[in-house]
Amino acid sequence: MPETTDEMICITCPVGCTLQVTHNGETLLHVDGNTCSRGLGYVERELTDPRRMVATTVRVRGGLHPLVPVCTVEPFPKPRIFELLGALRHIEIEAPVKMNQVVLEDALGTGVDVVASRDMPGTGS
Amino acid sequence: MKEHYDVVVIGSGPGGLAAALAAKRAGADDVLIIERDQELGGILLQCIHNGFGVEIFGEDLPGPSYAQRFINEVHDLGIETLLDAMVLEITRERTIYATSAQTGFSKLQAKAIVLAMGCRERTRAQIRIPGMRPSGVYTAGTAQRWVNVEGYMPGKQIVILGSGDIGMIMARRLTFEGAKVERVLEVMPYLSGLSRNYVQCLLDFDIPLQLRHTVKRIIGRERVEAVEAVAVDEQWIPVPGTEAIIPCDTLLLSVGLIPENELSQQAGVRLDPVTGGPFVDEGYHTNIPGIFAAGNVVHVYDLVDWVTEAGFAAGESAARYAMCGAETARIPPIPTTAGENVRYVVPHLVNPERLSQAEVRLQMRVRQPLEQPVWIQVHDRETLVTRRAARYARPGEMVNVTLRERDYDKVRQSKELRVSIVPH
Repeated sequence: MPETTDEMICITCPVGCTLQVTHNGETLLHVDGNTCSRGLGYVERELTDPRRMVATTVRVRGGLHPLVPVCTVEPFPKPRIFELLGALRHIEIEAPVKMNQVVLEDALGTGVDVVASRDMPGTGS
Repeated sequence: MKEHYDVVVIGSGPGGLAAALAAKRAGADDVLIIERDQELGGILLQCIHNGFGVEIFGEDLPGPSYAQRFINEVHDLGIETLLDAMVLEITRERTIYATSAQTGFSKLQAKAIVLAMGCRERTRAQIRIPGMRPSGVYTAGTAQRWVNVEGYMPGKQIVILGSGDIGMIMARRLTFEGAKVERVLEVMPYLSGLSRNYVQCLLDFDIPLQLRHTVKRIIGRERVEAVEAVAVDEQWIPVPGTEAIIPCDTLLLSVGLIPENELSQQAGVRLDPVTGGPFVDEGYHTNIPGIFAAGNVVHVYDLVDWVTEAGFAAGESAARYAMCGAETARIPPIPTTAGENVRYVVPHLVNPERLSQAEVRLQMRVRQPLEQPVWIQVHDRETLVTRRAARYARPGEMVNVTLRERDYDKVRQSKELRVSIVPH
């Protein structure tokens, strides 16, 4: 693979540093522009195994609202996001729900859990 | 519910929750939060994406989780809440008139009030898009509430006008739920939201962003059938020959937020025409004694963590006022002013004596993006008070510079604190 320099924006935190990334396919050679060490880790992973936090909703029965928001507890493999969304679409849970309650364990065998992002009281509670 | 309170907070978004907690912790006994929704949390409850709390908790939380932590603490500390209630009026004597289905009409007296009503989205009427008036034109935040809380989709084929954070986040969210987001149009030559959202909401899903583009007209009689997009020049004048018809059934608007200050104005709170929010000092005290303001009601933030920080400061000041009454400043407050490439500065006034107890963070927005190392500097006429370096300055990202105890002598002698952002 030839050596190339790409511009990437670090998404680790809201600062959003613009990084000049020199790499050789999946091999990282040099990073410039990161203002903290997390930028380096981000680029390394982005080149080999890009991941994202995934937030969506699942249906809830008997809750104050018909849906409860859920989120992966850690970044999830980017190429499999739509597969994960498909799996979550089949899930319906019962109110009351507690924050951090596991909604889908070990999602698609990735070892990443999906948990409720808030409490969801039942209707009338 | 009582008739007299030490501190009443209006609104229970991140600013209001933080203000109530800080007031209670600072020693105010009777603290009440009034919220118009049926639960605490405000707009955070519909912001189900992560990215909240990195500054405050050192964790990356979804919006509802961020809110939940504060809500739990509000309950633990025994702060009273009045939900599903509208505040109709507040007076400069800090009488509050509110109404709710549960408690009917109520009149409350507060020793101090914290305004935390947040902001509203700009609508189609405020940006004057010509064309028909079919259904299918919504603000991004309204669509967000439907999709994330109520379980409705606004449409299947979407165009988004405005590259604000909510617009980009909704582009991803609607893609997740099976809609096709045709493109995002932005009239400015640069992104108006955070760069990270451009990456993880648009680039990741191949959603095109067109800068210097806007909607020329909306097409469709009953329902949106298409929008006509057009490129614009520096003066936002459409460039003939660049028109493109984009078939769609929904147009979402993410074209800015306006602080919500109808109540503030009734009480005589003076507003800054640039921010749309109250003039405040470093303790978020407005010009009306005993009335404080925190969060997006003052100016629009891009990070919730900073709203929380402002809420803490306002709540603490409100508690101090409720318990001790007005402080008499020995040194008159120093006005801050927006200098070169700065659109506005909050707070508008700084009491130098405050610097002996705490740092004061001046918050601002730049006028023009500077994609190069810059100085964020504070001057009193020709004298440099303080400055700090930054790698760049972008209008979409709030900029700040901190006054510290060591700056006390210079600040005390200043006539004004003029903030400018210039290349290195």
